Amino acid sequence: MLVSYQWLQKYVDLTDLTAEETAEKLTRSGVEVDAMTNLSEEIDGLTAGYVEACEPHPDADKLSICRVDIGEDAPAQIVCGADNVAGGQYVAVAKVGGTLPGGMKIKRAKLRGQTSEGMICSLQELGFESKLIPKKYSEGIFVFPEPVTPGSDALSLLGLNDTVFELDLTPNRSDCLSMLGVAYETAAILGRSVKKPEMPVTESSEPSESRVRVDVAAAEANPYYGATVIENITIKESPLWLQMTLMAAGIRPLNNVVDITNYVLLEYGQPLHAFDFDRFNSDEVLVRYAENGEQMTTLDEETRVMQADHLLITNGKTPVAMAGVMGGATSEVQNDTKNILLEAAYFDPVTVRKASRDHGLRSDSSVRFEKGVDPQRVRDAGKRAASLIEELAGGRVLLPPEEFDQLDRSERQIRVSLTQINGLLGTDLTVEDAADVFRRLQFTFEISDETFAVDVPTRRQDIFIEADLIEEVARLYGYDRIPVTLPNSATTPGKLSDRQKKQRQTRRFFENTGMHEAVSYSLTSAAKEARIGIDQQMPRVDVALPMSEERSALRTTLLPHLLDALEYNKNRNEYNVHLYELGSVFLTEQTAINEQPDEKTYISGAFMGRWFEHAWQKENRDVDFFAVKGVLEGLFAELNTSERIAFVQTEKEGFHPGQTAAIMADGIEIGFVAQLHPSVAKTWSLPAVFVFEIDFDELIKGEMPMSYQPVPRFPAIDRDIALIVDKTVSAEEVADVIRREGGSILTNVALFDVYEGEHIESGKKSLAFSLRYLDPEKTLKEEDVTDVHETILKALYTALGAELRQ
Amino acid sequence: MLERLQELYDEAAKKVDDAVTLQQLNDVRVAYLGKKGPITELMKGMGSLSADERPKVGQKANEVRESLTKKIEEKEAVLEKEELNNKLKNEQIDVTLPGRPVPKGARHPLTSVVETIEDVFIGMGFTVAEGPEVETDYYNFESLNLPKHHPARDMQDTFFITSDLLLRTQTSPVQTRSMEKHRGQGPVKIICPGKVYRRDEDDATHSHQFMQIEGLVVDEGIRMSDLKGIFATFVKQYFGEDRDIRLRPSFFPFTEPSAELDISCAMCNGEGCRTCKHTGWIEVLGAGMVHPNVLEMGGFDPEKYTGFAFGMGVERFAMLKYGIDDIRHFYTNDARFLRQFARE
Repeated sequence: MLVSYQWLQKYVDLTDLTAEETAEKLTRSGVEVDAMTNLSEEIDGLTAGYVEACEPHPDADKLSICRVDIGEDAPAQIVCGADNVAGGQYVAVAKVGGTLPGGMKIKRAKLRGQTSEGMICSLQELGFESKLIPKKYSEGIFVFPEPVTPGSDALSLLGLNDTVFELDLTPNRSDCLSMLGVAYETAAILGRSVKKPEMPVTESSEPSESRVRVDVAAAEANPYYGATVIENITIKESPLWLQMTLMAAGIRPLNNVVDITNYVLLEYGQPLHAFDFDRFNSDEVLVRYAENGEQMTTLDEETRVMQADHLLITNGKTPVAMAGVMGGATSEVQNDTKNILLEAAYFDPVTVRKASRDHGLRSDSSVRFEKGVDPQRVRDAGKRAASLIEELAGGRVLLPPEEFDQLDRSERQIRVSLTQINGLLGTDLTVEDAADVFRRLQFTFEISDETFAVDVPTRRQDIFIEADLIEEVARLYGYDRIPVTLPNSATTPGKLSDRQKKQRQTRRFFENTGMHEAVSYSLTSAAKEARIGIDQQMPRVDVALPMSEERSALRTTLLPHLLDALEYNKNRNEYNVHLYELGSVFLTEQTAINEQPDEKTYISGAFMGRWFEHAWQKENRDVDFFAVKGVLEGLFAELNTSERIAFVQTEKEGFHPGQTAAIMADGIEIGFVAQLHPSVAKTWSLPAVFVFEIDFDELIKGEMPMSYQPVPRFPAIDRDIALIVDKTVSAEEVADVIRREGGSILTNVALFDVYEGEHIESGKKSLAFSLRYLDPEKTLKEEDVTDVHETILKALYTALGAELRQ
Repeated sequence: MLERLQELYDEAAKKVDDAVTLQQLNDVRVAYLGKKGPITELMKGMGSLSADERPKVGQKANEVRESLTKKIEEKEAVLEKEELNNKLKNEQIDVTLPGRPVPKGARHPLTSVVETIEDVFIGMGFTVAEGPEVETDYYNFESLNLPKHHPARDMQDTFFITSDLLLRTQTSPVQTRSMEKHRGQGPVKIICPGKVYRRDEDDATHSHQFMQIEGLVVDEGIRMSDLKGIFATFVKQYFGEDRDIRLRPSFFPFTEPSAELDISCAMCNGEGCRTCKHTGWIEVLGAGMVHPNVLEMGGFDPEKYTGFAFGMGVERFAMLKYGIDDIRHFYTNDARFLRQFARE
């Protein structure tokens, strides 16, 4: 909402306040002034002029030479390029030495040999946006519609000595979508009165009823419809003050009747519509719901197709307007319009909102109806417009209007006690403090027993309950004056849950391995996920109306965006980057989704380039499978979950067939670690990339409680064995047999060598393990260990064909 | 024989003194004290001595051995020390060469902000609540006093999945979920960080995905002045002791009265500068007293309980804290951006 400070002063006395001061007060009490524009700030040396004569420039087709009286001793010669300049016009002249918006300085100039002493201005040159300028002046200079005194201050003639507030209204304060609403608010803040507009209309002998009948077939959506017929009007340009007022408020002037309906819309917050009554083609107004598929052409020449819950104004047969949204083309007021039907109505907010959204049409009208207009102002607004039309367009107003009226105009009464007010705010207000606020707001109220019974005016559609009144008290008393306290309630233990602690632990762990934490977008596309082998047809959570194909579905894996990030970094010469992300994926089994998806927290990582680099000592290592596996093993130890975990060789589409391991917890797959398939890596133009992805909650499930073991009092015995096994036998299988057969005295099994090649039969490999034996009860003898050792070797041979390496 | 022993001692002592390596010293030891050495040899002829002389010579021989052994040990210590010194001298390194690096990864700045804020509120007795990112219309809107067709829904352009499922536009649905868990029994003191989504085109100040932290306190006798008190404490802990706060009236469907909280600008100390758009104040969060309808839908009796709620934008806090000028940096995962936060 744009608010002209000059206009506001018609309703509230603000002579002792600057625009800045008023703006600050409005902002601090909840109606935020987002921006202020001083219309004349950049204009200097603008004066009214009279074009005494205008002749074509002898040497230029498009220029004219004008002799302009600017109130000085001699007229000024001004060369003007506008087509519409002519003798006898009153114009705005920027004098030599003056400035115009944009920092333009006016200098004495020679144009094709002719001296020009100043500039005749267009409205664009005075700083107005082209879309606000009336058609008549959009292609040329501005011409005063009435005679003005040459040399007088053109800024004040144009109403440019004004500041415009741009209000950033919260959705509840639709009352401030009107000048009167802003006036009430300003008056409440300052404790002043509001001067209401006057609306004299000549008593008429005939009521509108004699010309038109109003029927409403949808009273719940249109509880009030008032039609005032005005006859014999003259359509013409509005007076300057009206045009300038509308332009300052961001509305383009059109003609007197339309301008007046817009003016009253701004003044009362009540949208009005004027139909050309002769083109209305009937003497009946019928308001009804549309039929599905019914069509009409709106003012903007668009043909619109209706739905059954859209409300239409019809002439009994065909639609003439979309109620509250936009008028129809056929009955539009035109230059030759003589008789009009002026509509002042109350349309249901939800109905208007629905139609406005369905048609993608947001107008100054629909915005106001959607929020609910003031039921007590509908009639007044109609009367005010009729009065202005009589004044500015002539004509005979047929009163009273023809009405359909089932509108509830009652005021809501809300009771609130002083105890409630102070209880919710933590203040120590007296009855008089609160009463003062209600008086300033011009709410009527009664007090009994320190309880207020407040009648809330219908203009304040946002006040329903006690808390709403308490907010009014708080904001006008001043939020700053509310004391600062701490809750009196019992203390509560503040803490993180175990799961939250483990998330932090996980992050700390990754940080200490040199991985950076990534945060990427949850929205992705099935096509992107298909790049790492995820079935594009899999049921997933799609967004109904995606903003782009790239962000059309919720991710089921964190990896593709991490790979995007690696590619982004690589393209910026960052070759050694290791990222992890802890975030949600969204899984569903429903093809037609109607339940919340399974939101799982995954931890995922992607590594490329050097894992370790200490160049001058030539200790450089690229990331490989085991670097990543090592990180994970460290994490599992950190989270005390190692004992549940096993890595099992597997294959997975999109990943290296020989370098992929499923991560199993208690025998259930909870994730994987792998090298990205080189041909997939290539599609991201990445080198060797290693990744992992793990279901975080499955990982931390069933944590082993830490239990203390006494420090051994007896020495351990270490034995190494080297075995020859088939290449296909995994180290873990061998270790499993050793552990199983080793019994209680085998406390540790560690692989320390893997060898293939010379001296080893092809198809075989050598694995060497170090075994540690310990008995907590006694010192082990060689024989004890040898017995167990023999058992292990036998079992290894039976189970895996493993032989002792000679 | 006594003289001979003395001679041998003098001879050996000289050789010990002359020895410059441990090897030479060892040679002296073997030559004089070994089994085939002259002292042992001499002692073999002890049999020819009189019973009178024998103990004297024996004693002398022992004295010579002991003194010589001691002398060799002393010399050995000296030589060992010299040798070590020489060895160490050769081991001198260039201490200015770079050390073997211990890697340090970075915490994402959004995580940093969230964890810091969590810790401040945990210190004030709050717990951390969580909720789903795909929400129902009920939790995201209706239970927060935003029935269907409410104009305030336009404040947030929503990614819908179905007419009833959506990507949450705010962390506020966790308010209702948390209240439900408390089954109408106070106190509730939670904060809830999380990702939220709105249909905004991404640019320097907008992101279709961003993070909020929601807070909620519900108990008997909670007042708006308590909200001010909690925030004064929070702001001083998070932004510094010398920051002031102010509340401005505002509107949120789920709170009444509602407020925006401003803090005095740290750049200019409230004097007015570019960061604060010359107002001296920076808007940091929205808050208010929980709307009775919201309490009721969360299962709390609004006649008995009151509460306050607040919500803040994590990116905004991070941008203010580090002076980051483009919100897209948080989601690009550029190593040159992230790495800087490893020092945090």
